Amino acid sequence: MSSSPSDSSSDATVKPPLPDGIVAFVKRDCPTCELVAPVLASLAKDAPLTVYTQDDPAFPDGVARVDDTDLAVSWHHEIEAVPTILRVEGGQEVERALGWHRGEWEALARVPDLGPGLPELRPGCGSLSVDPSRAPELAIRFSGSTLKARRVEIAELEDEQEAFFDRGWTDGLPIVPPTEARVLRMLEGTTRAPDEVVATVPPDLAPCTVEKVAINAVMAGCKPEYLPVVIAAVEAACTDVFNIHGLLATTMSAGPVLVVNGPIRNAIGMNAGKNVFGQGNRANSTIGRALQLVIRNVGGGRPGEVDRATLGNPGKVGFCFPEDEEGSPFEPLNTMFGFEAGTNTVTLFPGEGPRTIVDQIARDPESLCHVFADALRHMLTPKMVLAFDVILVVSPEHSRIFREAGWTREDLLKRLHELTLLDGDDLVRGANGIAEGLPDSVRGNQVPKFRPDGIRLVHAGGGAGLFSAIIPGWANGEMGSAPVCKAITS
Amino acid sequence: MTTVLLDPSSETVPAERVRADRLEALTGKTIGLLDIRKARGDVFLDQLEERLTERGASVLRYAKPTFTKPAPIDLRHEIATQCDAVVEALAD
Repeated sequence: MSSSPSDSSSDATVKPPLPDGIVAFVKRDCPTCELVAPVLASLAKDAPLTVYTQDDPAFPDGVARVDDTDLAVSWHHEIEAVPTILRVEGGQEVERALGWHRGEWEALARVPDLGPGLPELRPGCGSLSVDPSRAPELAIRFSGSTLKARRVEIAELEDEQEAFFDRGWTDGLPIVPPTEARVLRMLEGTTRAPDEVVATVPPDLAPCTVEKVAINAVMAGCKPEYLPVVIAAVEAACTDVFNIHGLLATTMSAGPVLVVNGPIRNAIGMNAGKNVFGQGNRANSTIGRALQLVIRNVGGGRPGEVDRATLGNPGKVGFCFPEDEEGSPFEPLNTMFGFEAGTNTVTLFPGEGPRTIVDQIARDPESLCHVFADALRHMLTPKMVLAFDVILVVSPEHSRIFREAGWTREDLLKRLHELTLLDGDDLVRGANGIAEGLPDSVRGNQVPKFRPDGIRLVHAGGGAGLFSAIIPGWANGEMGSAPVCKAITS
Repeated sequence: MTTVLLDPSSETVPAERVRADRLEALTGKTIGLLDIRKARGDVFLDQLEERLTERGASVLRYAKPTFTKPAPIDLRHEIATQCDAVVEALAD
């Protein structure tokens, strides 16, 4: 009384047709299906009924059963719960009812008085075709793979981590092996097509598709919902303005620093609070790493090769954090780049590791500004001026001082630019016993430490601790790099 | 069971390196000897040339301009087209 799955088309990607009449999907491991089994048996007497059974081909008794244990019919017809009954006319589904609901079943079957002894209503169970443990593999089998990346076969006795290390595809840390199922799941994080080219990645100038970003995001440990941030970061990194090639090739220590703004920060569970630059938050830790893996694997940018850093910095494994917008007295960072507050963006800044600024005594903005300015003046060396931007990260206990005094971001930045004007006499070569310095022509002049938009402000950090930080930048302008802020789109 | 993973790279290099076929005999074969210009590499290669010639191989000698850099592509091409196998004298 039952037929086998091989009766359906041999091409698993073709949607199997349904027979006309009433069609039901059930599994034995569902109490509601057990409950309605007698109803199905009685329905079979009054109407053409076909029952697709997901787990036990012998269930239920007394009906025309079709073995759907390979879930092909359930998957293709998007069955989400069992029992589901459909009315099919001329090969087309015209009505659908989920679970057991006497009124709905009677209306759909055009049969009165169904299941007289049963309760009025009983919700069903999840269809095996949407079971999270099976869905990715089913999607590969039944949708046909659209992925184009070369397949790498890892033998049974081979360790997949070692295989990836050997091929130079990791940053020195283990990776999540990019199986097709994981990459397909990752791609669910975006509406963009897998074969869409996101950017041309230096130094090899290789085209990078959404699929390649997804593979590297899987390896980095990202969840699918982080993918739009990673894609936007790759786009930003590969602009002429950001110049990832130069940032990679430099002997200086900097690398891409990612700052995330907008509601997506909270939606994907980023940490803008305690230990914001540190370990422990998955999104913070993996998004920046995914970008760096794209640059390494797709772009071919590897340390010791095109990456010529003398010292580098630990953030080059991946350095990404969100702004604490909710707790900030200032406008968020992305508004410095023309975006409306509340827009999802990622800002790439060519920067190195954060350095802490300590001031536990200041209770007025002026005093605190002097401390910030001291730290800013000494960035790299006090004699290095104008060629390097900076991110100033102000933490909640410090920002409160500006909030209480009614200071805006512009007030703070204006004062910092004033306080970082330097006396040319102190900057010339040989001044203060230091050979490094500027030509004698600056003598007698005041020289700004930063160009007019060279200080970027971000609010982040835990609620306790009178500390802020600077993230020093890399050579700015045409010959170097400038921060790039990109909208994050789904 | 093998695991199938997806290549994260730009796929400009092969996923696996296939080894060149090994020579079954030396007689009548041309063997290249590449000196990378490390000290006394020539002494070692002279000895090797003597042994290989005794066994019926003909020998061609090559040298890199400097050991600090990879062999120029022209040199690699020359060796690949003129020789059946190559021995490289590494280190000093």
